[in-house]
Amino acid sequence: MSVQAHALTDDHAHDHGHHHKETFVTKYIFSQDHKMISKQYLITGLIMGFIGIAMSLLFRMQLAWPGESFPIFEAVLGKWAPDGVMDADIYLALVTIHGTIMVFFVLTAGLSGTFSNLLIPLQIGARDMASGFLNMLSYWMFFLSSVIMVISLFVEAGPAAAGWTIYPPLSALPMAQPGSGMGMTLWLVSMAIFIASSLLGSLNYIVTVINLRTKGMSMTRLPLTIWAFFVTAIIGVISFPVLLSAALLLIMDRSFGTSFFLSDIFIQGEVLHYQGGSPVLFEHLFWFLGHPEVYIVILPAMGIVSEVMSVNARKPIFGYRAMIASILAIAFLSTIVWGHHMFISGMNPFLGSVFTFTTLLIAIPSAVKAFNWITTLWKGNLQLNPGMLFSIGMVSTFITGGLTGIILGDSTLDINVHDTYFVVAHFHLVMGISALYGLFAGVYHWFPKMFQGRMMSKNLGYVHFWITAVGSYGVFFPMHFVGMAGVPRRYYQNTAFPMFDELVDVQVLMTVFAIITALAQLIFVYNFVRSIFYGARGPQNPWNATTLEWTAPQEHIHGNWPGAIPEVHRWSYDYSKTFENGDYILPGQDFVPQDVPLQENEEELQH
Amino acid sequence: MTAVLTIAVLVLVGIAVWQMTKIFELSQVRAKSANAEVATDEDNRYNGYLMFAFLIFIYGITIFSFWKYGKYILPESSSEHGAEYDSLLLWSFVIIFIVQFITQALLHYYAYKYRGKKGTKALFFADNNTLEFIWTIIPVIVLAGLILWGLYTWTNIMDINEDDDPLIVELYAQQFNWTARYGGADNVLGEANVRLIDIDRANILGLDESDPNASDDVIVKELHLPVGRKVNFKFRSQDVLHSAYMPHFRAQMNCVPGMITEFSFTPTVTTAEMRQRPETIEKVKRTNILRAEKAAMGEPNSDPWEFDYVLLCNKICGKSHYNMQMKIIVETEEEYQAWLEGQQTFNQTMASMQP
Repeated sequence: MSVQAHALTDDHAHDHGHHHKETFVTKYIFSQDHKMISKQYLITGLIMGFIGIAMSLLFRMQLAWPGESFPIFEAVLGKWAPDGVMDADIYLALVTIHGTIMVFFVLTAGLSGTFSNLLIPLQIGARDMASGFLNMLSYWMFFLSSVIMVISLFVEAGPAAAGWTIYPPLSALPMAQPGSGMGMTLWLVSMAIFIASSLLGSLNYIVTVINLRTKGMSMTRLPLTIWAFFVTAIIGVISFPVLLSAALLLIMDRSFGTSFFLSDIFIQGEVLHYQGGSPVLFEHLFWFLGHPEVYIVILPAMGIVSEVMSVNARKPIFGYRAMIASILAIAFLSTIVWGHHMFISGMNPFLGSVFTFTTLLIAIPSAVKAFNWITTLWKGNLQLNPGMLFSIGMVSTFITGGLTGIILGDSTLDINVHDTYFVVAHFHLVMGISALYGLFAGVYHWFPKMFQGRMMSKNLGYVHFWITAVGSYGVFFPMHFVGMAGVPRRYYQNTAFPMFDELVDVQVLMTVFAIITALAQLIFVYNFVRSIFYGARGPQNPWNATTLEWTAPQEHIHGNWPGAIPEVHRWSYDYSKTFENGDYILPGQDFVPQDVPLQENEEELQH
Repeated sequence: MTAVLTIAVLVLVGIAVWQMTKIFELSQVRAKSANAEVATDEDNRYNGYLMFAFLIFIYGITIFSFWKYGKYILPESSSEHGAEYDSLLLWSFVIIFIVQFITQALLHYYAYKYRGKKGTKALFFADNNTLEFIWTIIPVIVLAGLILWGLYTWTNIMDINEDDDPLIVELYAQQFNWTARYGGADNVLGEANVRLIDIDRANILGLDESDPNASDDVIVKELHLPVGRKVNFKFRSQDVLHSAYMPHFRAQMNCVPGMITEFSFTPTVTTAEMRQRPETIEKVKRTNILRAEKAAMGEPNSDPWEFDYVLLCNKICGKSHYNMQMKIIVETEEEYQAWLEGQQTFNQTMASMQP
């Protein structure tokens, strides 16, 4: 965007009175504008995603061709791959950091951070977030934690390698694993800052949604995106502090000799002084966040998919109130199911029964959502834009991945598939791939809103989607069989067990699919970067959507709308609504924007 | 085989890319308008067809995986509770595949059937309480059934008691190996704590030498179990978390430093019987062909394999986590007794260590 254009639009922002001059630093770096912050989140998240996915390719190659020498290993891993053969410690580090980066840095900050920031003010009709300063602070703390996490990769003894769940004692004792020294310290520091960032962001989202909705925007007129972001923020505020406490106690055990999580340890020929702590306590604290975390990841994706699907189906989302109810039910249940990660941890089996019960209950609101999405497609006029394809893809992977949750959530069945590749396949489909599809759907759909009306190439988008869709199933569907064969996760290689020998052909198949799918993401990167600068400018409301963000001008201005904020008169899903005689409410167009008042003879629904 | 698979994948991807470029070219014909990057009827048509093709792909990869990889799945269980586990698993899978089959079909078929065409009017269909009720209540009923069955089985499995004179065995984990301890003649394990470990005197499990129950304990590196007798396992770890995973017996429990965890099962099939099962013979044959190929290339881990039950570590525990294992041998009561008598007791070991 040119400087002149900006000056021009700034003039229009007369009704809230600031005309302060913006410098490069205040506009692009320490910006307090939610639109810029959302772009900062997105781009940081995508860069972290690049690192995370690249790591997964390295360890997938090791799994398919165990012990083989690859020049790429030596080039990337250096001393950790002598003669190009991957070291067992660095394998665990790669797995650990891949999980950490993808869950927290890409799918929490990159997804929820980006779209909450972009859409909350624009869709509820607010000039900006409740506190622009806290918002800026939230991004910069996220950035700082990303930097620390990346720096930890270069530590002498190697990065954290105890798995992304960092269970002590392994994560607490450098004698147990070299990565548990400086690498783990940096991991913990990075996560502590990340948690603070996430809390600042979440509090801001909650306050903004509650207080800054425009006139007429009742809670039941909100787009489902906003409901999803709002509830996600609440879950975050409830559960992230618990992870902070776990991290703090672990830091104390590591550095100050306390015994919160450690007891009776004999390692490297000597007894340590720790007495009376319990690793099971850490597991409880970790999963008290860890499980809600997967819903923090998937709920925004669900919100985005609901919105994008409804717009492109030219139909209201089916069962709007049921969708809200299921978001609330999932949010509530998500905080009382954490124990299903711990059925065989040594905790009281009776607790296992309770957690089985609550866990399988969560399948009900999830099923309702899936059925509602399918019904939204029924008798629609589907505009198969890339965002829509990713939305449909998300429903597909969510169902496939979610169904196997019935097995893992059942304490009995969990006994034999716990910590096997069955789990890896399950959560990659249901929260990894599904949430990524939500991210992609959001980027393709709201790209014009982020980048002054420029649009991403749809054809590259189609190629990106289809290769990704085929590739993701190609990686994770056969993986269920590896798990059913009893192969544990986090094994550097499976050659120590002859019973796993014949599975090597599955491993090769999965790795080939993984490489192809990862390469296809470069198409997205190219499309994204190219479109920022050379993308064709579309109309102001390219997808003919009803929500408020499309009433704002394409040029970004501080305060979002040049004049008064639009007033809302209806819910956000009046697509293809007709009078009784079958004519569209507004002649010649199949949608009624939220700021259009109720027309004569129009039937008002209960929204 | 691997090469064939790889080639098949590459060919499929090639076809996909070729189709993509076709779409790309077709859509290039149109003049660039303001709406150039919004899907046209042409795009909808192609992507609608591809959605349908994708449904076939999902079914295809399911069938392919079962046909190709179905045989890799763990064999029928070798423990008493395992039979119940297997049937619960089977029924869960039946339900999962029915739901998967129907929902994926609807999703992708609708995406294909209702692909957008100019002038089509979508149906304004916002709510239907009956439908919502139906698809809430069906999962409720199905899940209630699964929950009740699962909980009943779980309670039975986890009810660890001393009825039926169970054999008491301790499984002791450390980086990166397993040790087993039997109660000996009295079938009672002596007290133990890591603080009593004395490596120099070979008291590697930290047994309390003053505890009379400890004197006849037998410490071994191979787990022998008599068939048909209930075994109560006590798990300990001396350093980090480990998990004792015995996949053939549908048994797993974490080993937690500072506490003793428990699991119990009754083995029902001896190692010898297992080796005679047709599916085991098949698996061993397939595996040994692969291993012979590896041997020919001079690679390690290529000795011919004979089936054995195995105990694996299934909780990340450090560098050699991938190779922390112990052989399990299920045998007849007589064979077991004969083996046990051949082992040194803790007292004998300690005595032999005295200078």
